[in-house]
Amino acid sequence: MSDVYESLQKIVGKDYVSNRAEERYFYGRDPGLMPPHEPDYVVMPKTTEKVQEIIKLANREKVPVTPKGGGLALTGLVIPLKGGIVMDMKRMDRILEVNEKARYVVVEAGVTHGALKSYLQKHHPHLRHSIPDSPPIATIVANAVIHGQGRLSQQHGFNSDMVSGLEVVLGTGEICRIGSCALSSQWFSKGAPLPDLSGLFLGWFGTTGIITKLGMKLYPCKKIRDVMLFLTDKADLVPEVIRKLAHTEMVEDIVVTAQPLPLRFKGNFYILLYITGDSEEEIEFKKKMAWEALMVYFESRDGGFVSVTPNMKPPLLAMPSKDTARFADVSKGGGFEYSGPIAPIDKYPAYLGKLEELASKYKLFYSSAARVIDGGHSMMFSFSYTFNRANPDEMKRAKVALDEAAEFALEEDGVIWKPNINEQQMVMERMDQNTLKLMTSIKQFLDPNGIMNPGNWEVK
Amino acid sequence: MQQKDYASQIHRCFRCDYCKFPTDYSSFNCPSYRRFRFDSYSTGGRLWLIYAWLKGEIEWSEHFAEILYTCTTCKNCTEQCPMKFAPDIVDWIVGARSDMVEKGKIPPRVARFFEAVYGYGNPFKQLRSDRAAWANGTKKYATGDEYLLYVGCLGSYDENGQKMARSLIDILNASGVSFGILGEEEECCGNEIYMLGEMGLFQNLVEKNSQKFKELGVRKIVTLSPHAYNTMKNNYPAFGGSFELCHYTQLLNDLIEKNKIKPSRAKAKVTYHDPCFLGRYNNIYDEPRQILQSIPGIELVEMERNKRDAFCCGGGSGNFVTDLLAGSADSPARVRAREACETGADTLAVACPSCLTMLTDAVKAEDLDDKLAVKDISQILEELLSAK
Repeated sequence: MSDVYESLQKIVGKDYVSNRAEERYFYGRDPGLMPPHEPDYVVMPKTTEKVQEIIKLANREKVPVTPKGGGLALTGLVIPLKGGIVMDMKRMDRILEVNEKARYVVVEAGVTHGALKSYLQKHHPHLRHSIPDSPPIATIVANAVIHGQGRLSQQHGFNSDMVSGLEVVLGTGEICRIGSCALSSQWFSKGAPLPDLSGLFLGWFGTTGIITKLGMKLYPCKKIRDVMLFLTDKADLVPEVIRKLAHTEMVEDIVVTAQPLPLRFKGNFYILLYITGDSEEEIEFKKKMAWEALMVYFESRDGGFVSVTPNMKPPLLAMPSKDTARFADVSKGGGFEYSGPIAPIDKYPAYLGKLEELASKYKLFYSSAARVIDGGHSMMFSFSYTFNRANPDEMKRAKVALDEAAEFALEEDGVIWKPNINEQQMVMERMDQNTLKLMTSIKQFLDPNGIMNPGNWEVK
Repeated sequence: MQQKDYASQIHRCFRCDYCKFPTDYSSFNCPSYRRFRFDSYSTGGRLWLIYAWLKGEIEWSEHFAEILYTCTTCKNCTEQCPMKFAPDIVDWIVGARSDMVEKGKIPPRVARFFEAVYGYGNPFKQLRSDRAAWANGTKKYATGDEYLLYVGCLGSYDENGQKMARSLIDILNASGVSFGILGEEEECCGNEIYMLGEMGLFQNLVEKNSQKFKELGVRKIVTLSPHAYNTMKNNYPAFGGSFELCHYTQLLNDLIEKNKIKPSRAKAKVTYHDPCFLGRYNNIYDEPRQILQSIPGIELVEMERNKRDAFCCGGGSGNFVTDLLAGSADSPARVRAREACETGADTLAVACPSCLTMLTDAVKAEDLDDKLAVKDISQILEELLSAK
């Protein structure tokens, strides 16, 4: 093992590799509830070529490699379950290209959502990307790898759907380009009209290769962005409200929130509608369309629009929203985790009921934010529970609640988003067995030595 | 002293990493994370490691101690953290350092810092009798003087700090301000000692300084260093210190507004570096800029990261001596020097002897000396008074 350490030092320089207890401790856990497991080494490459050298070394020495971005999935996907090397990608932090006309950006694997947002605002203010609600340290690549969603997902699908090309170091060490960039100098398509090979890497959590560069589609950044708030106390109405709003094709983002405290929130469902436009006229027209779409609920007194005061707007419009992270400190405990099934929208009432039932059963504080994906084809529903890191019993209860939520979501036609290793097993058990066989074959082909983030998507 | 009970609270960090950034997320604004890039060197990393240490999940090691002591206590984390405990973060780190000091488990460089202050009254191991050697016979404070000029260790012993102190004294003399210094009777202010966690020594220094101020009937103190300003403003009152306090930039700005200082015309493009202990700690952002803007012919340009988002020079928490962040092009002062140069400014103005030394060295290390002069505001002003 000391040979591996020395080899890593030769590859990246001694300042960027550690086998010390402190780095091993920190990189052996994430902020969620999965049990820790420490790596033997933490390494921070600067270039694709360095990643390649590390993967070749890992193959020679049969040492596991787990890539890490911001480490915010909360489901243990960056915990090195079998030790080995954690590869912190954040030194690969260059924004390589913005193509204004084809509207895409090419970034290295460590570029954060925060950095890209800032860069676009400064240099290309008429363009934007789909910013997730996670803190700004979340990397573009890791977010795509877990099929993350963001502020443009209602209109354009998962953030992984917005990928426009990849550069990958395969599990065997070859550098491979995916999409139009495989044969063109431009990164405008991840697949079509070629076979779409991006699916070999997106959603695989680094088990098939390490993405070192990524093209991401950019979208118009409208001059005005505003928020509307529709309130109903009837969970059963939420799916139809969403359907009506999505039908207008006027709304950028739709998020449904539910939480028990402060008391004014209890029993109410706040549907946040984000409207964008280049003029006041455009904004007013879109608002009018949304308003008219939901007029029927106003007339039946089942719901209505709530005025959004000037003080309410900044936190609601903030990207990313600091309120997401603040949820961890609601009970002054420093922890929260969520099970986030992707599911049909009509499942909202059932999921909401289960969220409250589990909170009551396990005496946990909860909240939920459900984001509409891709024009209403699905939603990401979050079973979110807080826990106190200094209270092992509460951590245990939160974990059991999340496990039950995941079981329930699968029973109710959902597919678990960024599943932890236990949830991955649940998914694979329920999966069409020929599909599972295909996945296993792909993984075996791309990672013959079983060194890429082992333990994940692994058939037992 | 307002040290918090960090052990019962420190688990509250979620490690969301907002603490690494400036407000616009454009870069990394935590000096030690920017320097080392392991997450363990960020505020979240530190808090998780301290909690692990308290729980017995990691053993103390010199590396662990270095991780703790590479924090410059610049307060960027406090500024950016979204949680309610944000104002307490630096106190938690200082609290953990204090426990390490009590156990005798600190990095050797920090131990030497304490030994020097304990034995010599300054971190440079210079003789107490030489504390006023720079002062060229500047009058000692006597009862009835309006201001005590508190010079501090850097102003007394560091070559750059001494130049800065002489410039300030020349300006005060020229503008007819009644003031004096303590000379060899001055004690270290203790700001760094506090931040490094040696609470016993800190208390000793505060008591000695406070006693001296009381004996001399000091009513108004003007400090050369923002570090001294910070501790005298925020820590000394708990020990009964009772005096009016200002940083020298506040006094000079006041003198300019009252037309007691009239700088001649300059020709310079200047960018200003906010010292953490003046800016984030004490919300003094305007006066230094107003001084520069009052000088005819000076064009003031801002660095990308300024005011609350200013990137620390890396000198805080005694690092101007312990130098735990040095040795790399990613050392904070060198990063900051490059950022200053990118503005196109020919002068990097500072208002702190620690920043002056850190950035002067960094400009040399970056080979930018022919493009960028690092000057304290007092030096800039004094040159223009001389020219007149």
